[in-house]
Amino acid sequence: MADEAIRCDACPVLCYIKPGRTGSCDRYGNQNGKLVRLDPHVVLDRAVERGESVVPFLERNGEWDGTLLSHGETFVTAIGAGTTYPDYKPAPFIISSQVEGVDMVTVVTEGIFSYCGVKVKIDTDRHLGTECCTVRSQGEAVGHITTSEYGSQMLSLGGVRHLTGGSRQEGTATCDALLNLCNGKAVELAIDDGATVVVEAGKPPIVDGQQEERMRVGCGSATIGMFAKQWLGKVDEVVVVDDHITGVLSEHQAGKLLGLRETGIKLNGRRSTPGRYFQVAEPGTSWGGTDVEDPLSILGKFNAKRAWPGLRLLMVSTTGEHSAYFELDEHLRPKEKDLPVTLRASVARIQENCEPALCTVLFMGGAGGSLRAGVTENPVKLTHSVRDALTRVTCGGAPVYVWPGGGITFMADVSRMPQNAFGYVPTPALVAPIEFTLKLADYAALGGYVDQVRPLSSISSSHEGKRRVTAHSDNPWPLESGAKSK
Amino acid sequence: MTGRAQMRMLPNGRRLHLQDGPIDLIVEAFGATREIDAAYRAACTRFVCLLDELCGELSYLRQPCSPDAEWPRGPIARRMTAAVMPYASEFFITPMAAVAGAVAEDILTAMLGAAKLSRAYVNDGGDIALHLTGVEKFVVGMVERPDRPSLFGTFTITSENSVRGIATSGWRGRSFSLGIADAVTVLADRAAAADAAATMIANAVDLPGHLEIVRVPACELAPDSDLGSRFVTQAVGKLAAPEVDEALASGLRAAERLRSLGLIRAAALNLCGQTRLVGVSEGSLSAAVPERSLMHA
Repeated sequence: MADEAIRCDACPVLCYIKPGRTGSCDRYGNQNGKLVRLDPHVVLDRAVERGESVVPFLERNGEWDGTLLSHGETFVTAIGAGTTYPDYKPAPFIISSQVEGVDMVTVVTEGIFSYCGVKVKIDTDRHLGTECCTVRSQGEAVGHITTSEYGSQMLSLGGVRHLTGGSRQEGTATCDALLNLCNGKAVELAIDDGATVVVEAGKPPIVDGQQEERMRVGCGSATIGMFAKQWLGKVDEVVVVDDHITGVLSEHQAGKLLGLRETGIKLNGRRSTPGRYFQVAEPGTSWGGTDVEDPLSILGKFNAKRAWPGLRLLMVSTTGEHSAYFELDEHLRPKEKDLPVTLRASVARIQENCEPALCTVLFMGGAGGSLRAGVTENPVKLTHSVRDALTRVTCGGAPVYVWPGGGITFMADVSRMPQNAFGYVPTPALVAPIEFTLKLADYAALGGYVDQVRPLSSISSSHEGKRRVTAHSDNPWPLESGAKSK
Repeated sequence: MTGRAQMRMLPNGRRLHLQDGPIDLIVEAFGATREIDAAYRAACTRFVCLLDELCGELSYLRQPCSPDAEWPRGPIARRMTAAVMPYASEFFITPMAAVAGAVAEDILTAMLGAAKLSRAYVNDGGDIALHLTGVEKFVVGMVERPDRPSLFGTFTITSENSVRGIATSGWRGRSFSLGIADAVTVLADRAAAADAAATMIANAVDLPGHLEIVRVPACELAPDSDLGSRFVTQAVGKLAAPEVDEALASGLRAAERLRSLGLIRAAALNLCGQTRLVGVSEGSLSAAVPERSLMHA
């Protein structure tokens, strides 16, 4: 398979491309039987602000604006670096720059990641679907719902099984969804037997057409703990409705410590510890991530021995989005009344203490043997060097978390990379930038392609298309030792 | 309308970038703002279906051209065929030898049909169609090696001479070459004609049978190449100075002949740092080739 020509269907020329060659456009090539994309190079320019990020984009006409990239202030990302054919050839760009008198080498390559995916964190209390349920894009399975975390629902999308293990449509839809999410575009995801959510990195999620505003201040129990004192004297009972842990003030440790009187309230669901209830209703997209539309539906009858007419009851959700106020009548039945001004402030305080709900997208991929071979003749040494913290790995200039254990499996926040840092190949797989930065001496020691090292200035004046972007202000500068910022 | 074609202004807001498949154009028009807008709109309108139109006749365009062959139907395909026809009875040539120049010419024609411009160019990867009026002029830089873009000289083109097309060919460029020229830059009246001529002159800069030259059948590199099993240059080893002279002399003869036939106006031939010029002393066409030294990348 790998030594056969492949037909590129990126445009109607339909080039027949031999391994190691590019098509007539020079943008697509055949690497070991796979179609890969090559793009102009992104040069990450260190500057104070992110601001207007894209400065002159030099196309193939080779015009040079005359500015020299000053040493140490410019970092070449792997975006558009392309990959080499075949892998054992040196990575397309091995760049040296002087940092504090030490020759640093950045090996820049773009990896084709068949083993990759994204982890999505969606800040919402609403029930998006049951754990393990399939997540679909364009009708195809692209991942699944995984754990609920504090105020968030996690999705795990992509991975080699969806990319290559299913039908062609499944692979293509998965690749498409991953590419768009990584490039900061909005993607609509439908969860089997659950909600439809629009996910866009750095933006609030839109659940079943409704934009999420706030991420919960805490679970129901935590909310009781936080605000108990502020409720003292203004209300006799508070129920914070939460699909996970509903809190009841009078029974809660916080209420007890404040000397609150028992109210004879009775909640549906399962009591965990005093004042903390599980499963008060079904999961849903209403009050506190439950299906509750009428909050009274989670209450049983008040115990006549404890309750009293005129008892004041506040029910509120974990984000303060829903709230209602009741007083017991002479038959100890709750009657809804307008929320008193004094309590309105406490509901507003809950809202105020919520953070804006966001979607965050982490790219996760593994640098395999062939990618590492582009850096050094002895690939495993690169892994060791990364482990020993001699080599810094970045993804489009953004910091990464490298997983402990074998290989170079990393995660990176896509919102910290330049725009459109990701590409794809129709195999299908994602093309992601990856840079390895280390001292020149260390590079030589691990068997690096020292003869291929070129100075940064050669990038600036050479014909390769380059895009200059301003460094993301939150990212540590990739060439600096330690995690110093800017 | 295809979703493929990329059409956008470059960040300086003056130049238009059009890209679709292998076609990569940088367009700039000069004149009143309203006219520039109209010209760019016309360029975009023409561009969207251009590649599909061209590919519709691709198998014909990859066949060797012969004087009695049937003509293609598409306007660009016809421009290509017209540009290579003068060579068809004597040499192997396919209309593809003029594709870049013909595309540039066609877009420029569309722009000039829609707007009144004082000056304009359409640059298709170095093959350029020009428009000039009055006292306007273009200074065109020449690059011998695309991997080391330093200018080895400039041409000045004014509205008084008839040059409206520029093209460069060489084995280091994007297309295959049968010769060993690093770059042959040709000035002709039309871009498609310049493109075809540059291909032919670059082919003629050659040392047949030289052992330092690595040649590979085109189809082994690109199975659907219009050059079929013809050997194309993949590497040129060290050549002695007299050999460089000999190869350039061969190209020079071809270029002089084309100039005498009126197919080109001027040419600059480049091989291993040596340059030969044809037809640059006459009229208002002037070339400057300064002394220079190579820089290490």
